[in-house]
Amino acid sequence: MHSSLHGASNSGSSQSSETAQQVSAVPLREHNGGLMTAVKATLVRDLTLLLRRRGEVLNPLVFFALVITLFPIAISPDPELLAVIAPGLLWVAALLAALLSLDSLFRSDYDDGSLEQLLLAPQPLAALSLAKVAVHWLLTGLPLALMAPILGIMLALPAGSYAVLALSLALGTASLSLIGAIGAALTVGLARGGVLLSLLVLPLYIPVLIFGAGAVQAAIFGEGVSAHLAILGALLAASLMLAPWAIAASLRISING
Amino acid sequence: MSLCLQARQLACERDDRWLFQGLDLEVRNGEIVRIEGPNGSGKTSLLKILSGQLSDYQGELFWNGAAMNEAREHFLANLLYLGHAPGIKSGLSPLENLAWYQALSGESGNEDQRLEALEQVGLAGFEDVPAGQLSAGQQRRVALARLTLTPRALWVLDEPFTAIDRHGVVDLERQLVAHAQAGGCVLVTTHHELTASPLLRRISLG
Repeated sequence: MHSSLHGASNSGSSQSSETAQQVSAVPLREHNGGLMTAVKATLVRDLTLLLRRRGEVLNPLVFFALVITLFPIAISPDPELLAVIAPGLLWVAALLAALLSLDSLFRSDYDDGSLEQLLLAPQPLAALSLAKVAVHWLLTGLPLALMAPILGIMLALPAGSYAVLALSLALGTASLSLIGAIGAALTVGLARGGVLLSLLVLPLYIPVLIFGAGAVQAAIFGEGVSAHLAILGALLAASLMLAPWAIAASLRISING
Repeated sequence: MSLCLQARQLACERDDRWLFQGLDLEVRNGEIVRIEGPNGSGKTSLLKILSGQLSDYQGELFWNGAAMNEAREHFLANLLYLGHAPGIKSGLSPLENLAWYQALSGESGNEDQRLEALEQVGLAGFEDVPAGQLSAGQQRRVALARLTLTPRALWVLDEPFTAIDRHGVVDLERQLVAHAQAGGCVLVTTHHELTASPLLRRISLG
């Protein structure tokens, strides 16, 4: 089964002499940085793309709003009861909304071939994928965090916990985007990776969920919230350090398949 | 400076079937190397291996005499790869698509360069139309505009003639020859018959 090789079926050995003097026309380049240019262009590109497909941006927000609206109807409009479960409900709904939007993170790039171009760029893939994740957070996590206090009113969330809710979600969803992007990168080559993505990522989401909901709960009971927020911050710092490399490695594995 | 991409004893296995084995290959300045073979003979896989996208192979790759792992950054800075999929975002205009590709290699460039590159591939007047509204051939031309926009020594082109009209094919062929004559190097797969040229070399798979 050795492949047959017919090199030089009509190649001339003459070309070496006639091209030798012209070699300088296409000089070999040294890689000369430009990482910031590439990262900025990737940010702008992804932001433009998502802002042109508003439906995709609105989807998780609508999901979040719908779920939260249905709970008081289904459970009970009793403010005391709702106040107890509100932090958990808001956090779970926001987490699932963020999870829903993850599948499309690398999907369209994979389908139209720009992902392989991203991998062949002479820039560190980790930095470029971090730019993509940043856009995902800006248009998913941040709006979710800003919207949560409004939905909190619907769940009779006690006064004084609104700022903590928004802050914990802003911090937490950033970690969720980073961790989720690893799963999205691993499953991008699969036709129906959505379910697998959830299974892969959900266990890693649990610490964020515990401390995020914990922060809001602590605010309601008047306990110190700084410990919870500090741990959320630490989780974010750890994901910022590790996730970009994991995303880059996962993308390479996916493109290999 | 001269460029040289070497492969030694390259072998690639897919689904318990050897696509190719014991493949030795050397590509130098001023060459157009056409990789031939029937469908499924591993042309695309070979190009992906040679451009450093697939790591699932046996054998060794050298870039200018250095092992590919060590020379990868220099190699990527001199590579222009166009794959099966044109890599054009349908939500962005041709200008925006090209701007990203230019920035990806670290150059900010300017709009005049991009307009000129688009004009050269016959897309003047389509600069701001969303690429999704362009035909398949026009999208392919947007991708081909990168050949002039971001000059690289080594071109790896996977079926670049797909969906291109007759005039475009002639122009592109001329461009390939000009690139090789200028000292660049082209690795190409195509089912289109390339005009015989002293620079053209063939490698058959399968």
